[in-house]
Amino acid sequence: MNKMRIRSQQEKKLTHPFLVIVNKEISDHINSWRFIILIVIIGLTCFGSLYTALTNIGKVVETPGHNNSFLFLNLFTLSDGTMPSFVVFISFLGPLLGISLGFDAINSEQNRGTLSRIMAQPIHRDYLLNAKFLAALVVISIMFFALGFLVMGFGILTIGIPPTPEEFLRVVFFILVSILYVAFWLNLSILLSIQFRQTATSALACIAAWLFFTVFFHLIVNLISKANMPAETASAQQIIDYQKFVLNLLRIEPGRLYNEATTTLLMPTIHSLGPLSMEQIHGAIPGLLPLGQSIMLVWPQLTGLIAATTICFGLSYFSFMKKEIRSR
Amino acid sequence: MSRNIIELEELTKKYGSVSVVDRLNLSIAKGEVFGLLGPNGAGKSTTILMMLGLIEPTSGRIMVCDIDSTRNPIEVKKIVGYLPEDVRFYDDLTGLENLIYTARLNHISVKEADQKARELLERVGMTEEADKKAGKYSRGMRQRLGLADVLIKDPHLIILDEPTLGIDPRGVMEFLELILKLKKEQELTVVLSSHNLHQVQKICNRVGLFVNGKLLAEGDISSLSQKLFSDETFIIEAGISLDSFDEADSLKVAKNMDMLLEKLKNIRGVISINVRDNVLRIGCSGDLSPAIAKIIIDSGAGLSFLHKKEYGLDEIYNRYFEGDANHE
Repeated sequence: MNKMRIRSQQEKKLTHPFLVIVNKEISDHINSWRFIILIVIIGLTCFGSLYTALTNIGKVVETPGHNNSFLFLNLFTLSDGTMPSFVVFISFLGPLLGISLGFDAINSEQNRGTLSRIMAQPIHRDYLLNAKFLAALVVISIMFFALGFLVMGFGILTIGIPPTPEEFLRVVFFILVSILYVAFWLNLSILLSIQFRQTATSALACIAAWLFFTVFFHLIVNLISKANMPAETASAQQIIDYQKFVLNLLRIEPGRLYNEATTTLLMPTIHSLGPLSMEQIHGAIPGLLPLGQSIMLVWPQLTGLIAATTICFGLSYFSFMKKEIRSR
Repeated sequence: MSRNIIELEELTKKYGSVSVVDRLNLSIAKGEVFGLLGPNGAGKSTTILMMLGLIEPTSGRIMVCDIDSTRNPIEVKKIVGYLPEDVRFYDDLTGLENLIYTARLNHISVKEADQKARELLERVGMTEEADKKAGKYSRGMRQRLGLADVLIKDPHLIILDEPTLGIDPRGVMEFLELILKLKKEQELTVVLSSHNLHQVQKICNRVGLFVNGKLLAEGDISSLSQKLFSDETFIIEAGISLDSFDEADSLKVAKNMDMLLEKLKNIRGVISINVRDNVLRIGCSGDLSPAIAKIIIDSGAGLSFLHKKEYGLDEIYNRYFEGDANHE
């Protein structure tokens, strides 16, 4: 009886092997040069954009007709044209962050010859994959929350107005969506790290996917939309359908989904993300959307991002479970 | 509980239409040191990885310690230590930290892991290097650390894949002695694969000879040679110098040579003769060296040496390669 109690106590103290791996992966990330470089780049750009936002925030208040509520959120979205805003920076650097934390997740273990040794330990095979994903996600989350709260703190110090609870919640949701967006790129890069044996190849493939979406995708959508342009005599319905079609094409890109979601969350003035007719605009009551409604508005975007992330994760899970673990 | 720690039944692994392991039947008893012997690509590593459940067999059954390793690999991996070919560790962790990490993956608490790791490092003679980064280790050191890594989970069976590859001869001697010592201390069963005959010969009780995914023969060294060379138990090598034929005409030299071979073949008990670079390899059923020497000298050729050999693994191996050449 006594023995059993001691045993169960010992077992309680034990860290589960899954958490042991997560622990190690997190410390690997934090100690790596790669992460230090990234955090410096992201930190610098964020504070650059915060600086431009702060220098321009006075002008916003003076603009006639501006609704002074939600002034605080301007910290994240305001820019004077010389330096992109915080949101734009995150949407640009987020994918790079995700890619750099995931592109060598599995193949570096294989190239270093440690994969087969770890797989010979009594752990489930998916532990390694899940732990790698979770560790990177934890690191990203901590980093984004720290950055977001730092920006808020600096904002409070300089403009002297504390955020309202709703503003605070909107920022928290914005950070959560950003983490989700980076998680998508993280999963894509993990998937490619399983598919390609060489870390250089998987890194290049990830960057290629990113470049494709940021540069070429718009060109392609442009081409398609020009080819399908309705005639000038087309009915209003046709033109609206066409606009919706182009918009949906653009929404294949995860970055677009992210931008729509974050701008809606941070700008309560946005009422709709699709085309609106003149009557609808005239009929709309000018005002601000409550947070719940803003979230409702971007619900499809969020669902799309979650779906893309899950698909990538599912594919990597499948191919990793099927993978043959050889020593090299 | 059966006496055999490993039971393979009709084990087959196919890649496409190529059988890497072909209907393998093998059982290894508790406490044995078993050597899987064969050239590169014979299917040794694949068999080992199937025993650990890291590769799924196409058909057949594998029981390790009465556990089906295809269905229940985790249970198998709890009691089996596996040292992969050219084992690697996390370069930025020290040897000790690497061991503790492995231990924690095996549900051992940090405190116990630390104590155990130090103990094992001492046993494999690595106490001084314990706090060096694993990236700085030499190959021999990595193998010894690998052995400690395998033993930290208190296994019943250890499987070593090419454990002596790439270590200098002295290091090999020490390493093999270490394996034997540890085996005695912990009452282990050891399975090791190698293509180096002499090393296997030194420490294995029993050997399985792998060729093209098939187990050609198994047993201890002497029974192996009996199986393969049922009639030819002696090999006599004779170096002859043709200069002493004392004739400038090469045609005549060749003719003399043919006559000599003919005479040798007529000796009772001679089974085969191979000629290579003026060295005759004569396989015979008994010790015929006096008769052979007499015939060579009588023929007018010079006898530069006469060497009597008994079969060892070298010959077993060569025999395989000859057989292989005949197939093609």
